[in-house]
Amino acid sequence: MKRHALSTRLWHWLNLLCVVVLFMSGLTISNAHRRLYWGDWGFEASQAWLMVPRFPDWMTIPGYYSLAVARDWHILMAWPFAVGLLFMWIAMMVNRHFKRDIVTRRREWRPSAIWRDVVEHLKLNFDHHEGKYNFLQKLAYGLVLGVFLPMMIFTGISISPGMEPTFGWLVDLLGGRQSARSLHFIFAFAIVGFFIVHVLLVILSGPIRQMQDMITGGRKA
Amino acid sequence: MKRRNFLVAAGAALVAGCNRIAETNAGKAVLDAADSWHKNAQRLLTSRDALAPEYPASAISPFFRGNGSTDPQNGDYPRHVDEGFANWRLEVTGLVANPLSLSLENIRRLPQRNQITRHDCVEGWSAIGQWTGPQLSVLLDAAELRDDARFVIFRCADNLNGGDYYESVDLIDAYHPQTIIAHSLNGQALPVRNGAPLRMRIERQLGYKHAKYLTGIEAVASLDDVGLGKGGYWEDRAGYQWYAGI
Repeated sequence: MKRHALSTRLWHWLNLLCVVVLFMSGLTISNAHRRLYWGDWGFEASQAWLMVPRFPDWMTIPGYYSLAVARDWHILMAWPFAVGLLFMWIAMMVNRHFKRDIVTRRREWRPSAIWRDVVEHLKLNFDHHEGKYNFLQKLAYGLVLGVFLPMMIFTGISISPGMEPTFGWLVDLLGGRQSARSLHFIFAFAIVGFFIVHVLLVILSGPIRQMQDMITGGRKA
Repeated sequence: MKRRNFLVAAGAALVAGCNRIAETNAGKAVLDAADSWHKNAQRLLTSRDALAPEYPASAISPFFRGNGSTDPQNGDYPRHVDEGFANWRLEVTGLVANPLSLSLENIRRLPQRNQITRHDCVEGWSAIGQWTGPQLSVLLDAAELRDDARFVIFRCADNLNGGDYYESVDLIDAYHPQTIIAHSLNGQALPVRNGAPLRMRIERQLGYKHAKYLTGIEAVASLDDVGLGKGGYWEDRAGYQWYAGI
């Protein structure tokens, strides 16, 4: 048995590519209208809850300001992103990766246990004896797979006028189209936050082996 | 620092890669196809007559932003403004058995639809307004659309940056119950900013499809010979997606 299943590895790298292209093209789309609103509508500074800074061209796809080209990439990569996430969820239900490795146990939620896990992280001690992942890892992977990534899809659907006749309930649930747009932005940056911490911890915990294992599968510890 | 440089270099390589792909014919084809996959998926999930949400009067935005052309100065348009659009005509032509030429009075006398809907700009903002006018389907039926018609072109009076604005939709959106030719916004004659005296409402697509300063409706079999062949002003000029339901 490998440390990472083939489905996990395929999805991991596909999802990385999708998230990076979607995020960088999304920054161009943000540059097209740099204000965020709550509710159904909004178009003026006085209605905005956030003035978003202009993202420099080098951070964006296509590297210069073109809303049309950025939308081309965003619209294209939404497909492998959404289909891939669905595939990953089915795969980790079928191979029990979710139940075995990601679902937290009740005892892990005890404040003393959480505190111990935080302290071990701060000491950069990543040796955990039972289970594949420690509590903070389970929490992070669970949030990303179960909330952050799916919310990008749900809020994205809610911004699309062609989806609204069918998914109007979803738009209402999210508080209106402009709220959905704000949440799309917030969850995008939540994913970036995860990405930074994730890469940092990989670097601190033996990046060569970690990368190798996510490519070849590695051996079960 | 080395790692940060690595990330920036990786990002730059990705941007260059994306741009290289977008320049190839295969890349272009895939990027275009992705838009029509969304169209097909949306139409699979949504019946062709399903309505965009309509709002109560209390939801109307206090001001309705104008975008793109907001005060055309080309051709006869300023004269029409001075005349209060008394001599404005809307022509229905192309693949129809019975071409029409309608005055604003003719249009106001047709059966009217009132709808309070949300307008979503491709840039990201939204505004809610009440629109009034006849359904496009009423005009197409009166003009007796021919069987070989597949698209409807909207001709506009405004010239934006040297190009005549136009837009197009297929017959599913043309016959959608909320696709109306609006002459009023919030119970008043359309302001110039918002497309006076007539504009399209294509409620299940983004704002650039809602052609303003409407002078003509033309039924065609193909978009290839219209403008630069992409089906609209922004589609031709900037590569905007023809299907704007996403």
